[in-house]
Formats: sequence, structure tokens, C-alpha cells
Amino acid sequence: MRIKTTAATVGLLTILMGSTAYAADKLTYYCSAQEDWCQLMANGFQDATGIKVNMTRKSSGETFAQVKAEGSNPKGDVWWGGTGDPHLQAAEEGLTEAYVTPMRGELQDWALSQAKSAGDRTIGIYSGALGYGYNTELLAKNNLPEPSCWKDLLKAEYKGHVQMANPNSSGTAYTTLATIVQLFGEDEGFEFMKGLHKNINQYTKSGSAPIKAAARGESTIGIVFMHDAVKQAAAGFPIKVVAPCEGTGYEIGSMSIIKGARNAESAQKFYDWALSADAQALALKVNAFQVPSNKSAPTSDKAPDLASIKLIDYDFAKYGSSDERKRLLKKWDDEVSTLPQ
Amino acid sequence: MRGSSPGNNARPVLIFWIIAGWAGLVLLPWYGVEDFWTFEWLFDGYPQDSDYAPLIFLAGQGEKPWLAPMLLPMLAAPFALRLPKNSSAYAKILIGSGAFGLAWLIAQGFGIGLRGWNYGWLEALFGALDDRQFGMGYGAMLLATAFLFLLTQGIAARGAINGDVFVVSSIGFVIAIVAAFVFFPIVRMLTAAFITDDGGYSAAVFFAKFFETRLWSLGCLTGGNRCGVAWNSFFLAVLVGLLTTVLGLVFALIVTRSGFRHKRLLRALTVLPIITPPFVIGLALILLFGLSGSVTVFVSDLFGIQPTRWVYGMPGVLIAQLLAFTPIAFLVLIGVVESVSPSMEEAAQTLRANRWQVFRTVSLPLMRPGLANAFLLGFIESMADFGNPLVLGGNFDVLSTEIFFAIVGAQYDQGRAAVLAIVLLGFTLSAFYAQRAWLGKKSYTTVTGKGDAGIHPNMPGGLAIPVYLMGAFWALFTVIIYAMILYGSVVELWGVNNTLTFKHYVTAFSVRFEDAGIRWTGSAWNSFWTTVQIAAIAAPLTAAVGLITAYLLTRQNFAGKNSFEFGTMLSFAIPGTVIGVSYILAFNVPPIEITGTGIILVVSFIFRNMPVGIRAGIASMSQLDKSLDESSLTLGANSAQTFRQIILPLMRPAILAALVYSFVRAMTAISAVIFLVSAEYDMATSYIIGRVENNDYGLAIAYSTTLIFVMLLAIALLQLVVGRTEIGRRMENST
Repeated sequence: MRIKTTAATVGLLTILMGSTAYAADKLTYYCSAQEDWCQLMANGFQDATGIKVNMTRKSSGETFAQVKAEGSNPKGDVWWGGTGDPHLQAAEEGLTEAYVTPMRGELQDWALSQAKSAGDRTIGIYSGALGYGYNTELLAKNNLPEPSCWKDLLKAEYKGHVQMANPNSSGTAYTTLATIVQLFGEDEGFEFMKGLHKNINQYTKSGSAPIKAAARGESTIGIVFMHDAVKQAAAGFPIKVVAPCEGTGYEIGSMSIIKGARNAESAQKFYDWALSADAQALALKVNAFQVPSNKSAPTSDKAPDLASIKLIDYDFAKYGSSDERKRLLKKWDDEVSTLPQ
Repeated sequence: MRGSSPGNNARPVLIFWIIAGWAGLVLLPWYGVEDFWTFEWLFDGYPQDSDYAPLIFLAGQGEKPWLAPMLLPMLAAPFALRLPKNSSAYAKILIGSGAFGLAWLIAQGFGIGLRGWNYGWLEALFGALDDRQFGMGYGAMLLATAFLFLLTQGIAARGAINGDVFVVSSIGFVIAIVAAFVFFPIVRMLTAAFITDDGGYSAAVFFAKFFETRLWSLGCLTGGNRCGVAWNSFFLAVLVGLLTTVLGLVFALIVTRSGFRHKRLLRALTVLPIITPPFVIGLALILLFGLSGSVTVFVSDLFGIQPTRWVYGMPGVLIAQLLAFTPIAFLVLIGVVESVSPSMEEAAQTLRANRWQVFRTVSLPLMRPGLANAFLLGFIESMADFGNPLVLGGNFDVLSTEIFFAIVGAQYDQGRAAVLAIVLLGFTLSAFYAQRAWLGKKSYTTVTGKGDAGIHPNMPGGLAIPVYLMGAFWALFTVIIYAMILYGSVVELWGVNNTLTFKHYVTAFSVRFEDAGIRWTGSAWNSFWTTVQIAAIAAPLTAAVGLITAYLLTRQNFAGKNSFEFGTMLSFAIPGTVIGVSYILAFNVPPIEITGTGIILVVSFIFRNMPVGIRAGIASMSQLDKSLDESSLTLGANSAQTFRQIILPLMRPAILAALVYSFVRAMTAISAVIFLVSAEYDMATSYIIGRVENNDYGLAIAYSTTLIFVMLLAIALLQLVVGRTEIGRRMENST
């Protein structure tokens, strides 16, 4: 009798423990890519593992701010997507956790070099090259020549037709600034930014806003990542994508595990899963035209082929560091943004 | 909280709070528990596990020794039960235990945090602490409340406010929550403005950020390219204040001083801005007047003008804010214009003044306080507005959006955000102060219940024509904007593909019927239900806090009443972005650790909307004759009974006003919300801004349209319950 009771109690307890353990399996997922992609990744992971996912989508800058604000008391587990710099910055400030995934063998070199420059605290999940796109209808309507290089954008006839994001608020625009500085050297690069400033009609807050404005016909040219421009073209807007002739910089969309994550085990599971070819194939379902980091993940024929674009040797370690970033942004603020247009 | 009747030695209130305090010590987990309401913690090591243990178990196991002294006051308090209520020992025991308990609870909460001692001098004093603690939970909350009410009962026993336990406790309660959720976050934010990069404090940092040229440059006046953000906000707010006052007066005159038939329709229009989610007006303006907007293209084709981006920047923001805030000015002014006594105007007419003279020398001067009030409201609303500048601002930066981008931007600078927030707060508080100092009580005395048999004279002809023209133009413009919003939600891709479709509604709100029941497959359901839930929780709490405060302000006299009133109305002048920043700074770390929960959203709504509840309560309570309370009191009821049985039932309209308003505001608020949403608690407005960012205007507008109809439905339902006239008065009072 007694044994029976004990057995029953133990059984009941096991069930209770089991159920609580099951219920406790969850993941708080910060996502900095586009909404539908984030959603798809969350659902995909939930289906693949049964782990309940809580997702927040914010831009990479906002997410970085949140991770930093929560630094002494982290709420998130894994941070997926968004340009690499904030991830590198988080790594530099010790906000994220080092993790070496067993998936490394399947990844592209650039994904691994991203991990290397951050002491394994982050890793590349996709990449995309910087460029610009223009609204073909507006360009024709205003009798403007078709631009094909960075320097074309300085021409006086484009005055009031170019839009880019504000590097203070957007990772994309900071990548643009860093690319120009690396491409032309710092002095000539800043001369370029000053010349460009004359033609800019608005510095938007969000990185992809310029091409969205161009798509809607609210502006003519938008300096953005090329996959964002391709996406607008694929959505039916009259957008032509340009890979600048001088060469261009690129971003590595990254993923990090947050230090002190409450569900560290789920976070690692997500990390491994997100690097698999199956998970990266999901991007095509939502018209995300970035290049996946898993070598065997499928790519779209609409996606810009990184091999055919002249890419500069982008120094992520240097330009991702917060000191260099602060210095360049301050210089841009003082010397460029205050000029009359 | 009913006071005990005299002569009877039973003290139900005191016994209740002693028991409640002990429940907080013995039953409830002391520290915050994630997913409290699933009660999984009950099976997960409760009550021994230190994550879930109540204080007494922690003390028993020798853990967190700094908590143990809080047992003392709870042991002492029961001794008061034996003493007669008028003995000085009774008061001393209660005041002593309540005050000591509260002080200790607060001191340990701030002193010991996630990394041991929070302050260097504590470590220097007591040596290193090899322990830490998380945010307080329900146990701590219950105990703190018990301490507070022990203290107030002690103070009442000493004779404060005629020994009225209910009134003293209410005052104490309101002061405590306002201190915790308005003043504490603001102070945290102020200190954040002085923090240097390496974590120290320095006034130089503050001044460097404060006197930045980006903030105060006056370049635009002297021919330079741009003005500082602070001046941008200021000039915009002055313009908006002036123009909304003029337009509001126009509508008020049409309704009260003309033969216009469809007055009810005009009044209905005034509900629109309250129920319109942010951004939609801005989006509609872009779709009409943007570079490729319908109107722009039409005009440029017709006249061959080169289209420009004029709508992005000051002009666009100005127009959007005028559309949004004119009805608020109208609501203020219609009350004032109506309450100008017709007898005065008739007296002037019998003295042979013509209608123009009457208007200029009698009516208009009598409206002056109302005009000033409307101007200041417009000023504050414009300063605090976040949605419109975000969508339409272009290169025209204003404080509220700059604060947001200082926090979320790649430059991530909490100090700068705090400094900007202080500047913004400075502007709105000055306006708020000016309103109170300058208008004083005047604005209230215009609303009397006195019968006035006269009829308002019509406007003079010279005035009527421009007034009609302006009114008609603006009303038409508003109607077009809202029609466009409706239209925009049912076209495929506005401007590119204008085929009609319900696609956006389907994406957002589709449902699937399965064996297991309804499955909410639409992408918007999640945020929609969260929003409804949070709004429904926040509304009654807002109304309750607001009405109790109103009761204290109108019916009771106590020392420091003026500062009490100022403190409770203060949050009206605090812009949402400032609330958002300060809540993030204050509530992300112990002792009160509620970021990422639904609680922080509820709390922010309560304190954002509380002043409206207070105003509605004050307005309707000042119409109730005080002799009603007095007769209730002389018949032997105490103040709690009087409040519940006499005043509350007579204030149904005010209660409903506060309920509807706080519900609706909670559904459309964005500025504070955008800082406070989290994975589990995503709100409708933050979902919408995500769609706007994604160029998905169709879905954003469809969702907003749905919200508008949901809120209209809510208001209509309440109108059915309360009746039309009372709702009409509510709207006047609610501003």
C-alpha cells in the first residue's frame, strides 16, 4: 500500500515536473530582420523543436539599445538578424555570449570571419551588398541620366532626388559612410559625403526607407542594400537596382546569443537550427534576397550575385568598433550634416 | 477601508490590513515570479526555493538576512488592537510600525540590487556583500500596501482630517502611487542626464549636451540652413496652438451662434481624433500630397508644375497636427462659448449695441480664458505628438522624435535622450504652469449649473461669412482625409495598383474554423487581443484612481492640497516619449522590475490618463451640492460610505467618461508604448508602425480603420447605456 502510494506520488511528481519542464522550454527571440521573415523563423523553429518562441521585432539599432539597457538583467535569449555592426558592438561590450556551433563546417568563409572578429560572440547568417536603386518612371519623367557609379550621384542634376538614411540612426547608412571612407580614403570620402549632402532630399531614420520612398514615387534614388531594392522591384514597383562601378561595401547579417540568457539551451538550439540549410531556405518564401551563409542553402535568381559585384575588403573589426563609429559619426555630424543644402 | 464606527471596539480595517500584511510575509513569493498567473511556481519548489519563497521562509533559512527586520513591525502592529483608539500608544504603534516597515522596505530595495550593494559608500560602510536580489514581487507589494495603511491609520488616529481613516488612507495611497510611478521615474531620468560614459556623474556632461547647437541653434532665422530641435518644436507648437484655437473657435461659433442645422454632426466629428490611431492622418496626407500623391499628380498634370516634396517637414506636420488637435480646441471652446451668459449679450443689445459690437466687446472678452486654455492645450499636444512628425517630419526634427532616436539610434545615448526629455518637459511644464497660474480657477467657474433663459445672438454678418467658409473648408478637408483612409484600406497598392480588394483585412484579421474551435490566423490578432486586454484592465483602474483623487480635491481640505493637486495633474504635461524613456530607466532594474511585462503598459496608461479621470470627476463633483454629503454624514454614515453610496451613483456619467476615454487612449497611444512593448505584449499601434516601416501602408491603414470602428462601437454602446446628453457633457469635461 505504502509503496503504491509512494510510487503514485513519484509518478505524479514526475508528470508534474515533466510538464513544468516542457512548459519552461521557451525562447525569447529578438529579431532585427523584416517582420514576415522574423515571424517565419519563429514559427519554423517552433515547428521544428516544439520550443515556444516569443518574438520581438525591432531594428538592429533598437535591439542593440534594448540588449544594452537590459544588460544587468537580460530578458532576451537570442538576437537574430540585422546588420553586423551592432552585433559586433554588443560583442565588444560583453553583452553577448561566445558559442562555437557544430554547424561551422557548412558555412561560408565570410560568416566565419565575422565570428572570428568578435571572439565567437556572433556569426554571419546572411550577407548583402550596398548599392542604390532608382525609380525608373520618375527618372524618365525628370529627364535624368541613369546613374551607375557612386560619383554619378554627385551630379548637380540629381539635386533633391537622392535619399539616404541618417547614419546616426541607421546601420545601413553607417555602412554607407564606412564604405565611402574605405573606398575613397577618409578625406576624399568626406568630400564625397559633402557633395552628396547637396543632393539629398531627406535623411530618413530607417535604413531601408529611402528605397521604399523611391518605390512609392516619393523620391527618385535611394541608397540602400541591394537586396532591399530587389525586394521592392519584386513587389512590382518600378525600381532598378545599381551595383556602383567603383565597388561597394557589404553587411553581414549576424546572430548572437545574449549573455546571461534565461533560456540558454533553447538559444543554442535556435542558433544551430538557424544556420542549417533548411532554416536559411525560408528566406526565399518572404522575398528576402540576401545571400545565405550556409553553403548548401538555395539562392534566388533575383538575388544580386555577390561574385559579380566588385566588393571592397570591408574592415568589420575596425569600422564596427564603437570608438571608430563614434568618431566617424561625430565628424559626419559636424562637417556634413550642418552644411546648407 | 471602512472606518470603524465610534464606540465599537472592533476594528475591521486594521484587522484586515494586519492579516494582509502577514499574508504578504507568509504566503506570497517575495520576489517577482515570471508567469505568476500560471501558478507553475506552486509546483516548482515553493515555498522553500529562494526564487519563490515568501519572506518568512527566506528568513527562516537565513537567506537574504536584510529582509528579516521587516517581521518586527508586523509583530508589533497587533498590539494596537488591544488599545483604545484614542490612546496615544495606539497611534504610536501604528505610525511606528508602518513608517519603519515602509522605510526599511524601500531602503533595502534601493540599497541592494542585482550586483550586491548598489552604491559604493554602502560597500565601504558594510563591506562586500556576496549576495544579490531581483525585483520585488506580489509578497512585497502586499506587505508594502499593508505598511502604508497601518501608517495612515496611525496618522488618522492622531486626529488628522478629523480622524477620518478613509480620507487619510486615500491621500496616502494616491501620494504613494504617484511618487512611485510619476516622480520616481522622472527623477531617475533626471539623474541619467548627468551620467558620464564611464558611469560617474558630472554636471559638465549635462551642460555639454544641453547647450548643443543641434538643440538651440537659431540658424533658420538668420538665413542658415536649420534651426535647433528645441526651437523647431517650440515654433511648431505655437503655430499649432494658435491655429487650432482659431479653427476651434470657428466651429464653436457655428454650433452656438448660427442657424446651422446639423450641429450634432459637427459634434460627432470631434470624436474622430480621439479614436484615430497615430500615423493614419500622416499616411493619408502622404498618399494625397506626397511627391506621387493623388492631388499632387493631378495638379502638376493640370498646370504643368514640377511636383515637390513640400509635405515632408514643417508644413506636413503642421497640417496633420491641425487635423488631429482642432477638435480638442473645439471641445474646450464650445463649453466656454456656450457658457457666456446670453443675458449679458442681450443686455448689450437692449443698450443698442449692434451685433458686431456685442461680439467684440462682450462675447469675445468673456471667452478669453477659454481661448488661452485652448491655445495651451494645443501647444502641449503638439509638443508631445510623436506619430505625425515620425511619418511626415522629413528633415524637420522635433524633440519627441529626437528623444526616440537618441535611444534607439545607432549612437544609443540615454544621457542625450534624458537631456532632450528634460527640455521637452521644461516646455510642457511651463505651458501647464502658465495655464494654471494665469487662468487659475477661472475656467471652472464658467461651468455653472445656473439656469440662463436667454438665447445666444447670431454672429454678426461680417464675421459669419469667413467663419462659414473656414468651417466648411476644414470640415470638407477632414471628411476627405477620412474617406481616403477608408479607401486606402481597400485598394491593392495605392498609387500603383488601385484595384479594390479586401486582401489587407484578410491578412490582418482572417480566422479559420477548425474542429478545435476558431483559429485566429490573421497576423494582427495577437497584438489586437493584447491591446484590448491591456486597455480593458487599465480603464477601470484609471477611472478609480482619477475619481478618488477628484473626490479628495473637491470634497476634502488638508494641508498641502495645492501641491497634491499639482502632483496628480502633472503627468498630463509629461509627454509620452518622456514617460517611455523614464519608465525604461526606472523599471528595468530592481526594486521594481516590470519592463517586458504587461504590468508596465497598464501602469503607464493609468498615469498617462489619470488627469482626465480627475478632471471629469472634479467637473461632475462640483455640480453635486455639498449638502448631500453633509446630510449623509450627519445621519451617521462615514466618509467611505458617503463616497460609495451617495457620490458614486450620482457620478455615473463621469465614471463612464473616464472609462471610455482611458480605454480609447490606451488603444491609440503610441509615444510611451513604443518603448515599453515586448515579445509577449505587442500593442496594436506598435504593430502598425512596423507595417508602415515595411512599406505596407495597405495593412497599416486597414488595421487602423478596424481600430476606428472598434472604438466607435465601444463609444456607441456606452452612449446607449448613458444617453446622449450626458455623453455630450462628458466630452466637454474630459478635456
